[in-house]
Amino acid sequence: MEPAIRVRGLRKTYQSNVAVDGVDLDVARGEVFALLGPNGAGKTTTVEILEGYRKRDAGEVSVLGEDPAHRSVRDRVGIVLQGTGEFDELTVGEVVQHFSRFYPKADDPGAVIERVGLAEKARARTHTLSGGQKRRLDVALGIIGRPELLFLDEPTTGFDPEARREFWQLIRDLQTGGTTIVLTTHYLEEAETLADRVGVIAHGRLLAVDTPARLGDRESAEATVSWGTGEKITTATPTQVIRELAETYGEIPGLTVSRPTLEDVYLKMIGHDA
Amino acid sequence: MRLGLYQGVLEVKQFLRSREQVVFTLAFPVIMIIVFGSIFKGDIGPDVKFTQYFVTGMIGTGLMTAGFQSLAIQIPTERDRGVLKRFLGTPMPKWVYFAGKVLMVAFIAVLETVVLLTVATLFFGIDLPGTGAKWLTFLWVSALGITACTLCGVAFSSVARTGRSAPAVVTPVALVLQFISGVFFVFTSLPSWMQTVAGLFPLKWLCQGLRSVFLPESFGAQEPGGSFDLPMVAIVLGVWCVLALVLCLTTFKWTTKRDG
Repeated sequence: MEPAIRVRGLRKTYQSNVAVDGVDLDVARGEVFALLGPNGAGKTTTVEILEGYRKRDAGEVSVLGEDPAHRSVRDRVGIVLQGTGEFDELTVGEVVQHFSRFYPKADDPGAVIERVGLAEKARARTHTLSGGQKRRLDVALGIIGRPELLFLDEPTTGFDPEARREFWQLIRDLQTGGTTIVLTTHYLEEAETLADRVGVIAHGRLLAVDTPARLGDRESAEATVSWGTGEKITTATPTQVIRELAETYGEIPGLTVSRPTLEDVYLKMIGHDA
Repeated sequence: MRLGLYQGVLEVKQFLRSREQVVFTLAFPVIMIIVFGSIFKGDIGPDVKFTQYFVTGMIGTGLMTAGFQSLAIQIPTERDRGVLKRFLGTPMPKWVYFAGKVLMVAFIAVLETVVLLTVATLFFGIDLPGTGAKWLTFLWVSALGITACTLCGVAFSSVARTGRSAPAVVTPVALVLQFISGVFFVFTSLPSWMQTVAGLFPLKWLCQGLRSVFLPESFGAQEPGGSFDLPMVAIVLGVWCVLALVLCLTTFKWTTKRDG
């Protein structure tokens, strides 16, 4: 089976500004892929080319085996954008029902509303929803067509921690159901929890693609051992350090051993020191 | 086809549920006819009351507001809020969006005209067209006029760059056209250069066509060309339809500049 997404040599220039500068990327079927990068790094441009909103200047792009510039692939793709307009005067049920008519293999609107946790709000006008509830409606509209591939653009911005956890569960359920998911996020924790692989994009180039655990040689990076009141050592042999400390202290007060977090690695990659 | 119909139902529902919009759209021409009908009580020709003239202007204005003004404001607002982008991201065929707007406009136009004519007949003694032929003219002139206005509205929706600036861009255009096209005043009482300018735009012709329906045949002699000149009404409105359609097809924007 061909990959869900295949990109080779993607380029996009706005006037003299190179937004995407030779990106290669493969996303496998059934994978959850997170694209990370600072604002203005080319993340949105890349995703919107994959979604078919923007035209590329050069390179090959295949989404579910088709060129996303052709609208025919829309039947099988779901898109959850940021800041897309609601239909204030319509109810949640009406909007989801209406969008279900656009898709050949649409899911049952009632079931989808239930799935995103809006069952109680099905008869409420959309302008009465809270920010998080509106986002869930966005997701409902993204998955109503039973997409094989779902794009999520910063899906949990503005969520409280509980809503975020519920949302993550929804994503896992979708993945279990075989949906390929491409998400962009500013929450490194979210990428680490959900994604099979993450890609870091900066200055229009894809700097690294790996599993969250291995990104930027994270697993082989030196560990930081800290204890007492703020004393710490960075070492490649933490076990050795601890053994020596144990001989000194017996029980070591305030002992922690840490490796660089995904955030540390990420910030280092995009050129900030953590 | 069914999708277009559903889209129309959706648009009409949204319109009917926004109370301010319903009230203002329906009440404005009625208020205007009450104001003008109470101020100008005289005759403008043998057996022609000013209100009989004015009602044609108000029908024309109503059609223009429903078609041109509301779409030229509503579409940039929806573009700004990402409603268009959301539709674009679904398999919905693009024409469905426009079909929805057309059905909404048609619904509002019919509703508004019925309300206006009812009020005008009951309270101002307006004479409704007496023959089937006149009703037929009424039908085609209105249909062609609203089509031209709707297409112009969609075409003009690309002019305003943001939803917020749209009313400021659209309202003056609509207002000036109303003043120079003989909506509020008898057209031939306007300076001739103004008549010439108005003759380039559809509203003047729409109103002239409507006058042929509501005013006696004899009044035609007072029109600038010496008659109601219905063939010319059809030609000018038709040309505007084609022109606006070409503009719609070539310049319509689904996303904002910000979205690239």
